[in-house]
Amino acid sequence: MTSETPVLSVSSLVKRFGDVTAVDGVGFELMPGASLGIVGESGSGKTTTARILAGLDEPTSGTVLLAGEPVTGRSRRARLHRARLLQMIFQDPYGSFDPRQTIAESVAEPIRLHLPDLSGADRRARVAELLDQVGLSERAGGSPPRELSGGQRQRAAIARALGIRPRVLVLDEAVAALDVSIQAQILTLLDSLRRDTGIAYVFVSHDLAVVRHITDTAVVMRHGRIVERGDTETILRDPQHPYTRLLLDSIPVPGWDLDRVARDRRALDASR
Amino acid sequence: MTLTIPALRARGAKRRRRRPLAVTLAIAFLLAAAATGALAPLLAPHSPDATSLLDSLAPPGTAGHLLGTDSTGRDVLSRLMYGARLSLLAPLGVVLLSGVLGTALGLLAARAGGWVDAVLSRLMDIVFAFPSLLLAMLVVAVFGPGLTAPICALAVSYTPFLGRVVRSVAIQEGARPYMESYRAMGFGELRTTVRHLLPNMTPVLLAQSALSFGYAMVDLASLSYLGLGVRPPAADWGSMISQAQSAILQGAPGSGLIPGVAVLLTVVSVNVLGEHIGGSIARRGEGT
Ligand SMILES: Nc1ncnc2c1ncn2[C@@H]1O[C@H](COP(=O)(O)OP(=O)(O)OP(=O)(O)O)[C@@H](O)[C@H]1O
Ligand SMILES: [Mg+2]
Repeated sequence: MTSETPVLSVSSLVKRFGDVTAVDGVGFELMPGASLGIVGESGSGKTTTARILAGLDEPTSGTVLLAGEPVTGRSRRARLHRARLLQMIFQDPYGSFDPRQTIAESVAEPIRLHLPDLSGADRRARVAELLDQVGLSERAGGSPPRELSGGQRQRAAIARALGIRPRVLVLDEAVAALDVSIQAQILTLLDSLRRDTGIAYVFVSHDLAVVRHITDTAVVMRHGRIVERGDTETILRDPQHPYTRLLLDSIPVPGWDLDRVARDRRALDASR
Repeated sequence: MTLTIPALRARGAKRRRRRPLAVTLAIAFLLAAAATGALAPLLAPHSPDATSLLDSLAPPGTAGHLLGTDSTGRDVLSRLMYGARLSLLAPLGVVLLSGVLGTALGLLAARAGGWVDAVLSRLMDIVFAFPSLLLAMLVVAVFGPGLTAPICALAVSYTPFLGRVVRSVAIQEGARPYMESYRAMGFGELRTTVRHLLPNMTPVLLAQSALSFGYAMVDLASLSYLGLGVRPPAADWGSMISQAQSAILQGAPGSGLIPGVAVLLTVVSVNVLGEHIGGSIARRGEGT
């Protein structure tokens, strides 16, 4: 077990936008089949981190290793290599598809790019298998994205990302735009996909309940830095950093204590 | 595989909306104009160049000359039919040329960004600021009259008109999540731009092209009017108007008004059609 290479390994990642340091020395490792949560308030640098992993932004400094190898640049080779290992799901299930393509056509695209030798029939079979895997009907597959619900589109986005069997899936607020009951369905789907395929997740969310459900370990980000890390359960049950405590106390639950939130905020300000 | 068939049927049914009357009329007019141009040798009652000084300035409705004759006795209907050829093809040439140039430059500026965008944008501003007719006249002065020079000159001066719109729409559309998701899937910029961005911009391209067609038609007619377009005796609507000047002063406006109305109707029809096509494509691609 210990000799296994992490499928994703990030170290001292920094990203600056002008004067703003969005990500400031972030590092973590992800073992094959594991699920890591990234939590933190709005603006803490979660999306920026996820985009760097997916190659949509270049880090100012720091390294990203995929299956032990560094990935940098936008050369064709680098692009394909990275995409082959890591795929991303976006928050907005409405805008993630070319409006002019049917869902099945969209799902077929990455397969066409990464497995060009696959015959047309094999590709269609693979698309049908993927749609089935995420619980979409053939009819949904033949529809343009605008005819699908948000939950269906997010299923389709998952099918499209899984098509080339990546080893890591980065999900940026992937269920945030969905109704609570649909959220639960998608989370259940993600859980079973991970069991079946051994894919690893980086699950970005500000929703701690969701993160508790879907991840084994988590990092807490604040102002671009990781302030706490460990088992998700442990972090949520027994937070060490005042910021994590504030996040937890900020969740509206029965017996919610706004005074305690204010106290947490003061403790955090004092500790910085 | 039968995957797409039921959905296609459903989509087709939903998409069929009633076509507005104005659009039907515009299509009918443009088809008729194109057909008369193409079939002019068969349809025209006279040769467009046959002069007959005895019959000059016959009013519309004269026997044998349905739309009358011009000051040299040429049959207006026949010249109108033959004139449809150059009058429609020349603006089409301008639209196609400026469309290709403008789309290419606009997309390049939007997708490359940085200094490429800065240079291209300034360049387009400069060309945009230069009056198109003046540019066309300068080019004609250098290369001599005929249609090629004015078509190229107008195409160049219309390029920024489309290029600037393409650029701003491409920047907007390029930031949509589906474009990013293609990048994350490992697709290159060129392919995503051509295969996904460009098709999603067609409504804008069509609407702008229709506008350009109208402007080009009027500009080319003006050039012909100034004697800088087609060389006589070849007919086009602009030169027909210009040659009718003296007739109009003599109180016989028909030979000038009729081609003028043809220009007007064509410009309006193309715009109505362009707007309609643009709108229906936009509806089809619309998210919920
Ligand atoms: N393209 C950009 N240009 C300039 N600043 C940016 C850019 N992208 C992000 N930032 C800044 O970086 C910081 C981190 O943003 P990021 O989107 O990563 O936060 P986040 O944790 O995902 O927040 P949220 O929960 O609201 O999605 C913010 O201060 C943001 O304003
Ligand atoms: Mg975010």
